[in-house]
Amino acid sequence: MPFDYLLILGAFLFCVGLFVVVTRKNAILVLIGIELMLNAANINLIAFSSFDPNALQGQIFSLFIITVAAAEAAVGLSIVVKVYKHFQTADLDKINELKG
Amino acid sequence: MELNDIIFYVFGAITALSALYIMLTKNILYAAFALILTFIGVAGIYVFLGAEFIAVTQVLVYVGGILILLVFGIMLTNRLSGKKVVSPAYNKLMGLIVAAGLFAILFKGILQANFSAMNWIDKGASADSSIPKFGLTLMTDYVLVFEIIGVLLLLALIGAIRIAGNVRKEDKSAV
Repeated sequence: MPFDYLLILGAFLFCVGLFVVVTRKNAILVLIGIELMLNAANINLIAFSSFDPNALQGQIFSLFIITVAAAEAAVGLSIVVKVYKHFQTADLDKINELKG
Repeated sequence: MELNDIIFYVFGAITALSALYIMLTKNILYAAFALILTFIGVAGIYVFLGAEFIAVTQVLVYVGGILILLVFGIMLTNRLSGKKVVSPAYNKLMGLIVAAGLFAILFKGILQANFSAMNWIDKGASADSSIPKFGLTLMTDYVLVFEIIGVLLLLALIGAIRIAGNVRKEDKSAV
């Protein structure tokens, strides 16, 4: 299979994630965009790792990325839930007070 | 065109189209469901690249874990009174310029780099099953990072529970 297509798919996923992060104001959608960007990084790592069958560094790095993504999603969503309880909104533009 | 290639293109198309749908839809819940398709498409691509373990982990952690968390987050941060949970996109033009510009740069860079012609790319190398080798590498060369990432995950989950959970009245004095 063509190697370039994989890299282009990764670049496409990253740019879609960037667009979602930049344009949406709902905190959950921003987290969805971040997940897309992390997946794009994983695709690149595994694509390059498939030419390196002995060391498997790319696959191991992508396993760590998946773990960090899980931790990030858990902490991020709990913060969003807490912020919603306090401000009664998940709109990032309306959350503009520092003092709680 | 071989069957392998056709299945690969199908998974790539699923990934790209569902990502595009996330970009275009206004409904947060639909975006979360489209994210399932994206993750499953990516998992299929991992299988083609000889990373079966990562593919299974992707399905378990992302589809079984993070997606459920996201749907719970949507449920807890919206008043579900019969209306749809929508969140329109703002500053679409600027966002599109930034994202499309970055994609154009990356696209041109990938084509110009011409990875297929590099000598360390072995076109004949078929990615075979490598789970035993993966496990050995993980538990020998990378065992320290493996343990650290486990501790990080534990800390993050305890922190998430501490942040989101309710503090009981009698515990307030101890905090």
